[in-house]
Order: sequence, then C-alpha cells, then structure tokens
Amino acid sequence: MSTAQQAGVTGYNFAYLDEQTKRMIRRSILKAVAIPGYQVPFGSREMPLPYGWGTGGIQVTASVIGHDDVLKVIDQGADDTTNAVSIRRFFARTAGVATTERTVDATLIQTRHRIPETPLTAGQIIVYQVPIPEPLRWLEPRETETRIMHALKEYGSMHVRFYEDIAHHGRIVTTYDYPVLVNDRYLMRPSPIPKFDNPKMHMNPALQLFGAGREKRIYAVPPFTKVKSLDFEDHPFAIESWDQGCALCGSHDSYLDEVITDDQGTRMFVCSDTDYCHDRLAETQA
Amino acid sequence: MYVAVKGGERAIDAAHALLANQRRGDPAVPELTLDQIGQQLGLAVDRVMTEGSIHDRELAALAIKQACGDLIEAIFLLRAYRTTLPRFAVSQPVDTTTGEIRRRISATFKDIPGGQILGSTFDYTHRLLDFALAAGTPVSAASPSPADTAISEVGVMPRVVDLLDRDGLMERFPADAEAAEPVDLTRQPLAFPADRPTRLQNLARGDEGFLLALAYSTQRGYGKNHPFAGEIRIVDVTVEIVPEELGFPVEIGEITLTECEMINQFVGSATAPPQFTRGYGLVFGQGERKAMAMALVDRSLRARELGETISAPAQDEEFVLYHSDNVEASGFVQHLKLPHYVDFQSELDLVRRLRAAAEAKAADSIDEAAE
Repeated sequence: MSTAQQAGVTGYNFAYLDEQTKRMIRRSILKAVAIPGYQVPFGSREMPLPYGWGTGGIQVTASVIGHDDVLKVIDQGADDTTNAVSIRRFFARTAGVATTERTVDATLIQTRHRIPETPLTAGQIIVYQVPIPEPLRWLEPRETETRIMHALKEYGSMHVRFYEDIAHHGRIVTTYDYPVLVNDRYLMRPSPIPKFDNPKMHMNPALQLFGAGREKRIYAVPPFTKVKSLDFEDHPFAIESWDQGCALCGSHDSYLDEVITDDQGTRMFVCSDTDYCHDRLAETQA
Repeated sequence: MYVAVKGGERAIDAAHALLANQRRGDPAVPELTLDQIGQQLGLAVDRVMTEGSIHDRELAALAIKQACGDLIEAIFLLRAYRTTLPRFAVSQPVDTTTGEIRRRISATFKDIPGGQILGSTFDYTHRLLDFALAAGTPVSAASPSPADTAISEVGVMPRVVDLLDRDGLMERFPADAEAAEPVDLTRQPLAFPADRPTRLQNLARGDEGFLLALAYSTQRGYGKNHPFAGEIRIVDVTVEIVPEELGFPVEIGEITLTECEMINQFVGSATAPPQFTRGYGLVFGQGERKAMAMALVDRSLRARELGETISAPAQDEEFVLYHSDNVEASGFVQHLKLPHYVDFQSELDLVRRLRAAAEAKAADSIDEAAE
C-alpha cells in the first residue's frame, strides 16, 4: 500500500490488484508461456476501466510490473493518444513506477494495435490488449466448438476462408488481426495490429503477453518463438507498403498513418510510431 | 507544417472537469443527498445493487449520484469497487419463507395459505402524470398510518410451489445439488456447459433490459415454455454466516429480496412423468420485472437438461450468458470510440487496391469489347 499512497492513491495495493489476484494471473501467464499461443482462461477481474479499453492488458501489466520497471504505453503506436495517456496515468497513480515514451528505455510496454518500429530486445516484455482472443471466432461463434477445433488443430476452415478471399478478390482481404500459427501448433490472433507488424512477432527476443479481460483469456509468445502468418505457397504473406515515406522523418520502413490536413482532402502520411519518428527527426537535426 | 496532435492529457483533465460541472448542474438548485436518492429513487438503487452484485444502499446511491443517473454507469462503478473487496465468507442459504412479507401474489391459485398480499406496486395504477406531485408531496399523503403499511409477519409462509410439490406435481432437485458451494463468476471464468447455479448467478447480474427482451421472446414463440407466475414475493430476510471460529450461524444483516417462481408445463420424457418444472428469479430490493424475466430465461436455459429442442436464442446458454452482462457489453460497444486509425489505414489501403484492380479489369473488358 505504501507505494500506492506515495503515488497519491490510498487504499489500494501496489499496481491496484491484490497479491492473490496477481498470483492467479501469474500462474495463468506461466501456463500461457509454457504452451505458446494457447488461450488460458483466467479469473479476469472487474477493473475500474471499461471492458474493451484494455482491462486484459492492464491486469497482465499489473501482475508483472515491479518497482524498478519503466513503463511505456502506446495506442495506435502513439504515446499521447487519450487511452494510452489514461492507462499510463493509472499505473503512475497506483504503482508509482517510472514511465517513458522511449521504446529503448522501457522494460515493459503495453500496447494497443501496434508493435513499436524500434526492435525489442531480450528482457523487455510487451503486453498486448486483446479485444477478441479467438482467431476462429468469425468462422464459429461458439466457444465450446472453437476449443475443440484448437484441441484437434483443426484449422482448415481458416485456409478455406483465405482461399475464398483469393477466389473472390484475387488476394487475402484480412489486413489486421491477421492470424498466425505459433510454434507450429496453435492458431493465434495477434490482436488488431496491422499485418505489417506480424513479422516482428517471429523470433522476437522480447516476451510477448496477450491479455483479454472481457473474454477472460491470457496467451503468450515466449522469446525466440516461431510465429508464421498463414498463407499459401502461391499467395505468400505480404505486408502493406506505401508509395511515399513519412512526411516528417522520411522513413520508408515504418507503418504510416494517413492524415487529412484540410477540407479539400489534402493528405499526408506520417509514422504511426511517434517515438520512432521523433528519434529519427532528432538524429537528422543533430 | 503538420505537427502530430498533442495534449491528450490536458484534454482528459478538462473533460473530467466539465463532467463534474454538468453533474452538479445549476448551483442555485439544491444538491442531491445520498439519503434523497436512497429514499426517493429507491428502485434505481435496487437495480444498481442487483446488477452491481453488492448490497449496499448508500454506495449504490453514491454511484447513481456520481453517474448522473446513468444506471449502467452506476452499476459499473459499484462493480469496480466490489472487485477489490475481500471475500470473508459464503452466507448460509437465505430462507425466503420466513421474514417479513412486503408483497406476495400468485397467479395460479385464487387463494393461498397466508393470503395474497398486494403490497406496494405500480400494478393497477393508472399511468396518469400526477401534476400535484410536481408541486411536492403533502406530508399527510407521504406518511400513511401504520395500518396501511402493514407488513405481514406470519412466521413461516410456505411457497406456492411447495404446495404442488406435496402432490408430486412439481419437479424435485436432489439435495446434494443445493449443498455444493456455488462458483463465483467474479473470480472464475465462465465455462460451458454451465450448471444451473452458475447460470442463475450470471442472470442475477445480467442486464434487466436484455433479460426482459429475451423473456418476452419466449412468450412470443421463440422457445415457448408455457409459464405461470406461481409466486412473486418481496420479503425481508436475514442473512447469516457461520464464522469458522464459532461454528454456528450469526446474523450479519437484513436485506429485501424479490423472488419469482415460475411454474412451467412439462409433458414428460422417457424417464420422467409429466409434471411442472420451475424457473427461478431472485433480485435485491424490489425488482419484479427483472425477477420475472430472469425466471423465464432460467427455465428456457434448462432446455438441454430437460431434453427440449434448442431452437431459440433464449435457450442457447452461450448466447445468453456471454451477452447478458451490461458492464461488459457497454464497454465493448463503446470501445469503438477509441482510435482505430491504424487498422482503418490497413482497410483503406486494401479497398483502394481492390478498387484499382476492379477498375483495371473494367477497362480491360471495355478494350476487349472495342476490339
């Protein structure tokens, strides 16, 4: 309680959750790490932030964060989007930990919808906020069915769906939350990151944890684990590309957001990862 | 030159200040007190306690005040508070046949032992706006004589279904099913198939509007289950726990409950003779609409157990139990307000490419036609 009190919130444990709850969540995380890509049901708590706004990620972060951690929170790749600000504040208030906007300085990164452009390193943990953890959900709404499909590694329906995409449109039309096969075993939703970020998950030296609060599931990709985006030999997986670079830092390797700058429909493209963009700008100005 | 939008932090602070301002309203109008909400908006307090899964009138009143009267927001506030509380004990089962009866009606028998007690109800009121009320309630009308508010205390008042049970017309439950400690849905994830205590717990926390619509759908033929309102009672009961160190039950308080027992037709199966089956609803305070809807949906969800064909939404436990919670539903529906521009950018890119491909194809076919 002492740290939380120092940080301005009284009556709550360090990082909000009580220690028994953290222990329960850590056990679920350990199981998730032991079975990469497998969705572990857990006793998700009702958090003081709304479901669908990162309650799963917050619970995972609260369970692994320590006094010495440096936390970075991003939404859409940016540190200053309102929900990222809100979650970073939540931990600054309840855990009193140091926060940062710099990917390289962070020991723990909670994210929604992006993986930072700056490569993660060994020892870092990235926590993804997951709205719908089940990759087969749009094909089969019933949890009782999808659990059986995972048990039997019965993923043919996803390939059929991609085949139908190609038959109708000449390409696979899934652009984000693009399903991956983890460690050659479990089909996994990478959370709604653009498929641009999928290759970053493969053999990543950082520990990747996924929390779905409303759906009460935790899953994980341990460091240096194989992560393969589903595709066909004659239709290999490909990521988004842009005809131009970032209008601010000039990067041609980052994911770009389209920004409409006037009511004539003039637009420009800038890095979605604000920290990466600032770093590049600082380098060129230096 | 374009600069990325900053200032999320200041915007959030300003938004919250604005909300506080709006909550208070015109300072010339006296501020609501928790007592006023608890006393004069008591049914809102009851609903917030039921769906917030915590019996505390004062906290529920505070939540309603803080939420500016948005009851689902108030339920959320209460739930988020409740989640941090330690669990000291599981109470003894409450006995709704004892205690002070505030209201008790049965639609299945004209007269019942103990009698029909109308109690306080909107039933049979003519829904005419009472303009006199706008000017304030006269003191004499607000405090009727004790004889009018008679709360019946008759010792034990048997349930109507128990009377049928005596003749073997009512289904029975094995005693051990009731003895097991129920699952706590706020501590363990929902798993399927869900047993009846788990389903009932989910329904008790479920959104009144959702359950009402589902119950209504069963009456209109989507999984019809021929219900009769066997009994609706509103009763003050005592809650007891058995502290480990004492080993005997001690009273920890008194709460008001609304209980509904529906009696439903059952034509029998290969193993069971024709008899009546039950649907059960229970809520804090006075909440007949929710209790009745809950009882109808409870009975619908017993389709699997009773060997009935599952064809309607109200009979489908994954559908009902996964979508009944208004705090979950409200959060997820409203999360669409959060930025999605990274994913939207991916979709924009895709649609542009698809359109370019379609245009190229159309141009090709025009060329071919020209040749």
